[in-house]
Amino acid sequence: MSKKTVMTRRQFIKTSALLSGGLVLACHLPLGQRDALAASDNVFAPNAFLRIGTDESVTVIVNKSEMGQGVYTSLPMLVAEELCCNWQNVTFIASPVAPEYNHAQFGPLMVTGGSSSVRSEWERLSLAGAAAREMLVRAAAQMWQVEPSTCRAENGSVISPSGVRLTFGALVDTAAKLPVPKNPKLKSGKKNLLGSSTKRLDSPAKINGTAIFGIDVTAPGMLTAVIARPPVFGGKVVRFNADKTLAYPGVRSVVAVDAGVAVAADSFWQAMKGRELLEISWEDGKWASISTAAMHEEYARLAATPGLIARSDGTAEALLAKSTDKIEAIFEMPYLAHAPMEPLNCFVDLKKEHCLIRTGSQFQTVDRAAAAKVAGLKPEQVDFETTFLGGGFGRRACTGSDFVIEAVQVAKAIGQPVKVIRTREDDMRAGYYRPMWYNRVEACLDKKGYPLAWYHRIVGQSIIAGTAFEPVMVKNGIDHTSVEGASDTPYDIPNLRVELHSPTNGVPVLWWRSVGHSHTAFVMESFLDELAHKAGKDPCQYRQTLLAKHPRNLNVLKIAAEKAGWGKPLPKGRALGIAVHESFGSFIAQVAEVSLDKKSAIKVHRVVCAVDCGRIVNPDIIKAQMESGIIFGLSAALYGAITLKDGRVEQGNFDTYSLVRLSASPQIEVHIVASNEAPGGVGEPGVPPIAPAVANALFALSGARIRSLPMTPDKIKTALKQA
Amino acid sequence: MVTLKVNGTSLQTDVAADTPLLWVLRDHFQLTGTKYGCGEGLCGACTVLVDGVPLRSCVTPVGEVQGKAVITIEGIPDDHPVKQAWLAQEVSQCGYCQPGQILSAVALLTQIPKPGDTDIDRAMSGNLCRCGTYDRIRRAIHTASGVKKAKVRKPT
Repeated sequence: MSKKTVMTRRQFIKTSALLSGGLVLACHLPLGQRDALAASDNVFAPNAFLRIGTDESVTVIVNKSEMGQGVYTSLPMLVAEELCCNWQNVTFIASPVAPEYNHAQFGPLMVTGGSSSVRSEWERLSLAGAAAREMLVRAAAQMWQVEPSTCRAENGSVISPSGVRLTFGALVDTAAKLPVPKNPKLKSGKKNLLGSSTKRLDSPAKINGTAIFGIDVTAPGMLTAVIARPPVFGGKVVRFNADKTLAYPGVRSVVAVDAGVAVAADSFWQAMKGRELLEISWEDGKWASISTAAMHEEYARLAATPGLIARSDGTAEALLAKSTDKIEAIFEMPYLAHAPMEPLNCFVDLKKEHCLIRTGSQFQTVDRAAAAKVAGLKPEQVDFETTFLGGGFGRRACTGSDFVIEAVQVAKAIGQPVKVIRTREDDMRAGYYRPMWYNRVEACLDKKGYPLAWYHRIVGQSIIAGTAFEPVMVKNGIDHTSVEGASDTPYDIPNLRVELHSPTNGVPVLWWRSVGHSHTAFVMESFLDELAHKAGKDPCQYRQTLLAKHPRNLNVLKIAAEKAGWGKPLPKGRALGIAVHESFGSFIAQVAEVSLDKKSAIKVHRVVCAVDCGRIVNPDIIKAQMESGIIFGLSAALYGAITLKDGRVEQGNFDTYSLVRLSASPQIEVHIVASNEAPGGVGEPGVPPIAPAVANALFALSGARIRSLPMTPDKIKTALKQA
Repeated sequence: MVTLKVNGTSLQTDVAADTPLLWVLRDHFQLTGTKYGCGEGLCGACTVLVDGVPLRSCVTPVGEVQGKAVITIEGIPDDHPVKQAWLAQEVSQCGYCQPGQILSAVALLTQIPKPGDTDIDRAMSGNLCRCGTYDRIRRAIHTASGVKKAKVRKPT
């Protein structure tokens, strides 16, 4: 099976034009205009998601970046379901950057994020498939001189009333001449593909080494560059001496760019050796003395003062002031690196009036605009090709386009095609992290033991402030991504107040898989667990009472509890913890079974996960995303922390920034709720519940309550003494 | 000049002997299936087989493997039971670490044809996967070890 996964824009147009008899579907364009556009850059506008060849090939043009979440399979399934083609003939290609490939809901930009791919493309891709099917049926009907309504499409053919078949490939010439239906009708009745665990189309390329990631891109005359970067955020080069570097074999150029000093060589290793020989003096700038320890003190001070109001129901403040039995807690979470397995990189070939970029990006329109600005070109002069992404997790949707800008600057300075690669240490130390968070929560209970008032102060940097998205995404000073999951909690709490402080400092921050939910779920689900224990109630039952008006949350909670054997006896030394959280339109509950070893390290043996993500495309991909979210969240829960001292990031590689390894990986069981609700996301929602589920299990096991992540053995030992 | 036997083919390149094997494979021989992840032997993305033994090519100077048989992901046949099991279990997500995972698994199954979970823990814990495909990797190894009459053979 050969899958052409990346095609240049020129190749694409050429192929489309050459594909005589090929049906290029531009659903909403009049026929004449389509022909007129065939030779222009806008040939694919709008909804140009499908190409059918006379050889029966069905190519789905995917406008979402494939970073593990399965969009090169789930999105083609949406098209193919309505097209009624033979799935064996379906292939994918990554779309170029063009307005017709903009996000269907997020505004005028091509972006993959917010667990939104299936949700936002469901309708558009289904209609694209349905329109093509209608045209193929009409083409066949025309050839047979029968009414289209008497024919039907099935498995890549149109079937006549008398049972004669014509394959799609034989019909495309005729179909291409027909007008595109304005209101194609979606199929009714049974689905052939949707709901089935169809095999991923990208799997073969990913196990034989042929999948091209950004780091694998090459070109004639290409150099590979690494950048010596300032040790402190915002640091600048004062002067540098590159004599020794330039004398090193294979080194071709040394240039200063905004990110530091770039060494470009014939190969990566020569660039690395050359970089080691640089002599650079740095100006550290104003962030030279920042430390996470000092930030922690500052955040604690802020948390003692009122912040901007993100939610205020009832009179939480007054009730707590009167309460003689209030419960207070501080929850802390560190900066986290995305640490995708493929470190950031970007290939640039810059010519006088044209620029080619090949990289793994989640944020093509923003990155292309940033590249054009540096190159002194119009965005349309920049061909931006999306490769496979060796993990994204939000890092490759960078509001600052850092890894693209630096590569264009290097290309511009050296005048040769170049691929800039970050080493793991560059990747981990050069920033963009999940913000560090400090939460202060107070609550008091009613006579029955349920929360009467809940007063929550959140302190942490805004990931949106200072970016181009601020005017749209920050309202009255509140960045919703800082408080999501807390200010909109579904729990029935009559007096609820959520406040926010958004301090600024030099640390670059960004969305990190599940964004605000990555910290709010830990606070909400841990503290609620504390309240349940305080009230002497079962934590699962306690949640059920407070979610009585939210059937989907309630349902996943019950399923996870039942499947995990909640309330049933466990082997000695084991305990269960539960958490439920709603994010990105999906509802997820997880039960973790844990034990503690002799060194007070947590071992998670098993995780049972129930997910309601509405209507589904591919159950196995949903399962895989739940497994993935759980492991990703577990790495943060048990090990993850980026810390700074004297302005320097203290971690650099996987020895100091540990991830869950196979030996620490729990057995995971996923239960998907059958649902006809609107589709929800699956890439991110699996992350938030795992940390609180594990912390709650630890409490059930030992009485030790951990309110600071990661849950290191040292913190557990201290908590055990207090238990 | 360095001469290597990679996937059964003799390849030559002019490179310093201390250059890590990883970068010789990637930059000199265009065998980009072997991945860079950490440069310190911490993540396993660069795993290749040298005379059948899994090695981290990012910390293996090319001079040390001269004359030895190097197997990369490109040298594992598509019908190999491990690759087939990887497909059957739908292991891959982003896929970046999977070549290294597969080579570690091939080495494990060559050494222990029917590995237990502890064997798998020991052999596979040097290979990180940020997408968290571990549960499926474990299952795929069990699947591959159970393939009847298609004994895991030494890659050629």
